Amino acid sequence: MRSLLRFLVRNYFFLLFLVLEIISLTLMVQYNNYQNVKFFNSSTKVVARIYETLNSAYSYFRLHQINSELAAENARLKNRLQQIVHPEVPPPMNSFVYHRFSNDSITGDSITSDTLTVLSSQPVTIDKPRPSDTLIIDSINVRYRFIPAEVINNSVNRQNNYITLNKGRKDGVRPEMGIVGPNGVVGIITNVSDNYSTGPTVLNKRWRVSAKIKNSNYFGSLVWDGLNHRIAQLNEIPFHVELAVGDTIITSGYSSIFPEGIMIGQIEDFDIGNGDNFYEIDIRLSTNFMTLTYVEVVQDKDQSEIKNLNRYNLDD
Amino acid sequence: MINNLIKYLFMWIVLILLQIVLFNHIQFSGFVNPYMYILFVLLLPFDTPKYLLLFLGFLLGLNVDIFCNTPGMHASATTFMAFLRPTVISLISSRDTLESNSPPRLNQMGPAWFIKYTIILVLIHHLFLFYVEVFTLKGFIFTLFRSVISALFTIILIILSQFLIYKE
Repeated sequence: MRSLLRFLVRNYFFLLFLVLEIISLTLMVQYNNYQNVKFFNSSTKVVARIYETLNSAYSYFRLHQINSELAAENARLKNRLQQIVHPEVPPPMNSFVYHRFSNDSITGDSITSDTLTVLSSQPVTIDKPRPSDTLIIDSINVRYRFIPAEVINNSVNRQNNYITLNKGRKDGVRPEMGIVGPNGVVGIITNVSDNYSTGPTVLNKRWRVSAKIKNSNYFGSLVWDGLNHRIAQLNEIPFHVELAVGDTIITSGYSSIFPEGIMIGQIEDFDIGNGDNFYEIDIRLSTNFMTLTYVEVVQDKDQSEIKNLNRYNLDD
Repeated sequence: MINNLIKYLFMWIVLILLQIVLFNHIQFSGFVNPYMYILFVLLLPFDTPKYLLLFLGFLLGLNVDIFCNTPGMHASATTFMAFLRPTVISLISSRDTLESNSPPRLNQMGPAWFIKYTIILVLIHHLFLFYVEVFTLKGFIFTLFRSVISALFTIILIILSQFLIYKE
């Protein structure tokens, strides 16, 4: 017993070193299972508060770029709104038109003129959406909703990059919701505190996205090899698929994290892997993670329902 | 004593802030990332108790980890560096330089000694950190390249900062 004590005292420096190393390596390995982290992440209140303060200073210098990105997205959304409210082909007398009748009678617009607009399919330019338009959009039974958020911390230079947003549980953000930027897919939420949330981005070796080639519908999984923050890799595309440089890659919608058809990037280069039956495809990501400022969190109304269903398959 | 404590506490805060505000955003071509915060471990006095050295290294790394979302990664690297610091010091210095009992500063120990000291410990830290980060020997050469390039930046930053502080 005494000799054991003497051994411990004599080698305390080395033993203490071992203990501290084991503690830190355990922390690291546990973090691999990134859903389980409760404490050490930047959605922790104090850290997130600090990052938010810093970020307000950074974003000031990027205002011009942010403005033009938002303007471009606004324009795109306005076009979308036009398509929904004034479709090219006038719908037959159905509930859609009926809906407008009832709303317009509430807002006091002239019923006849408005109905005519819809039925005669004249291209009408709207400068600001009228109450009836928003009501129609709201009444459409949408599966996905988008929660706007600001990026308060992000990185591209590590092997596993994470993003922190300024929206949290109070704003309806939950773990396993997707993050989408103005140019395409960004990442997924894994940890949420009251006011902040955080999770891995596409530039994270521990996370993969289900993706497909837009014109052939073949799907594979998008991974990142940790080399270049503008290039990711698409795996599991078999040889017989015809590919071309510049083909568009979009989300497949199979994961119930992202809706189908969100932009991921374009094929930069592809090659026949050695020994496998699959291509090695390099994808140029449409999102530039270095300048990302505003994103949206995707809320899927049916996520839990789909997950429940899929659980039965796993039990087999 | 109290004076020293305040000085090192101040240094801790400044180095962590510099790391998260400035150096974590140097993303030059995607893989150069200087980690200057380890200057704190380099500058601790020679007579720091060994256990304190380890604990301070561990806590410093953990502090950076919390901001980087990488629990344990920096902590393990800084602990490793703090563990090897006494060995490195006794390897590169003669007996009478150590007995002068001054803290390891550029102006006290001379530029040659300080540069040697910085290069060895920064390389130890960065190699450990980058290999722990990828956690595999796959892409061995690429990781080596990444760690050496980043270490080069860190060494330049540390030595420049010391020359600026001890100009006279």
